[in-house]
Amino acid sequence: MKYLILMQVDPSAFDSLTAEEQTAIGTGHQAFIEQITASGEMLSTHALGDPTQTTTIRGTGGKPEVIDGPFAETKEFMGGYYLIDVESKERAIELAQLIPDAGIKGLSLEIRPVMFSGGANM
Amino acid sequence: MPEDLLRALAPQVLGALLRRYGAGQFDLCEDAVQEALLAAHEQWPTRGYPDDPAAWLITVAGRRLIDRIRSEKRRHDRELKHASLAHPLAQQAALATDDSVQVLKLCCHPALSPAAQVALTLRAVAGLTTAQIAHAYLLPETTVAQRITRAKARIREAGAAFPAATSAEDRVTPVLTVLYLMFNEGHTATTGRAVHDVELSGEAIRLARIVCAELPEHGEAAGLLALMLLTDARRAARTTPSGALIRLDEQDRSLWNQAAIAEGVAILECTLPGRRPSPYLLQASIAALHDEAPNTSETDWPQILVLYKLLERETRNPVVTLNRAVAEAMVHGPAAGLAIVEELTASKLQTDLSRLMAVRAHLLEQSGDRQAAIEAYHSAARATASTPEHDYLLGRARSLVESG
Repeated sequence: MKYLILMQVDPSAFDSLTAEEQTAIGTGHQAFIEQITASGEMLSTHALGDPTQTTTIRGTGGKPEVIDGPFAETKEFMGGYYLIDVESKERAIELAQLIPDAGIKGLSLEIRPVMFSGGANM
Repeated sequence: MPEDLLRALAPQVLGALLRRYGAGQFDLCEDAVQEALLAAHEQWPTRGYPDDPAAWLITVAGRRLIDRIRSEKRRHDRELKHASLAHPLAQQAALATDDSVQVLKLCCHPALSPAAQVALTLRAVAGLTTAQIAHAYLLPETTVAQRITRAKARIREAGAAFPAATSAEDRVTPVLTVLYLMFNEGHTATTGRAVHDVELSGEAIRLARIVCAELPEHGEAAGLLALMLLTDARRAARTTPSGALIRLDEQDRSLWNQAAIAEGVAILECTLPGRRPSPYLLQASIAALHDEAPNTSETDWPQILVLYKLLERETRNPVVTLNRAVAEAMVHGPAAGLAIVEELTASKLQTDLSRLMAVRAHLLEQSGDRQAAIEAYHSAARATASTPEHDYLLGRARSLVESG
């Protein structure tokens, strides 16, 4: 079963970390990637640029509106994701807890089942 | 049909190599067989077919294996000597008839996860390439390759013996489980657009035939083959051309594959007498009753209900209980079925929640509680991860809304 692990980031929480803590997150992700690649559960992962770099397209019913920046109302942003293929939902939950973000206040992870896949590298 | 021949020979060639070099060399042997298959694929069409294709493959695979051992310097000199070309493999290793099942057992080793068992079986026994397996499962090739590599290493670490030291019938159960998993993945495709992938179901049936041919007295192996045939017989009627699901009672039964039904029924008729009704045989018997009925109302539901009760006693599986609820509703009315569904919901037994909700919605619809049925269809649609099922359930809800 494929699951998407969404990494939700509150930028202010991330900014308040020390340089060491930020480096630890990087190495933690690297170790996680190595682990799930070796186990054959890794499909892909992407980290996203800063929320300030967002462009929002808003459906209006007619010509869509193109706006610089994210939805103003949102405090948490998607920082990136892991796409995994695992035996069970329980395993997805177990793996998500190994992601360094799970150990940091203000960061959270969301696990969603995948219903449809397409493209060259599914 | 060189492709079919090559794939049929793949496990036998691997078996011959494993007999000579042992399961400890499983990873190298399997790679060598893949290379030999590729060589045959490239060379036979232009240079002509060998008189003895199996011997050709064993010789080529044996050479590739030795090349690998030498170039990679992975093993000790003792093994290099052992793998000497002085005794060409083709002359020594006769094809053992039960090698395909032996290789199957090795691939379904209990040290492996089900996903790894299936991937390895598809490659080493069914002779599919990593790319084909990746395509069938909608996975990246690198993920599948990694799984296969890891699975082979696990088998080596587990110190598996080849052939297995135990009797032929031993450890067939995990093999059957893997084949059933493979079949169901192809039949229902839990994720993605297509409801069935002909390839995976077809492979599972082909491999089940091999097991049955080599273990003709094995009741559950026969039961599984019959179950697959009787289920796959409805394939053409299960979906619309655009891929939408069609419920059993609304299927065009003239599209059912009568040859597959006849074969499945024949297998049951010669397997069932004098045998304890085991799980696959029971499920196949239920499938046969559906396949032989002209429509839903003329289906032998009382008999199906009895079979589900037996199956429930055998397996204690809540999915079976859920199916019994459907049969119970057909025999004793929707209220009787709904009572079982409520019990299951309250029991909190591990079960497929979306299926539980879908059955509940159907029974509510049958009982005439339109509003509750609409809500139940919506909840069931939210709970499923299968796109065709999701669309189907929403479609049922919509048609109820429109009929009101």
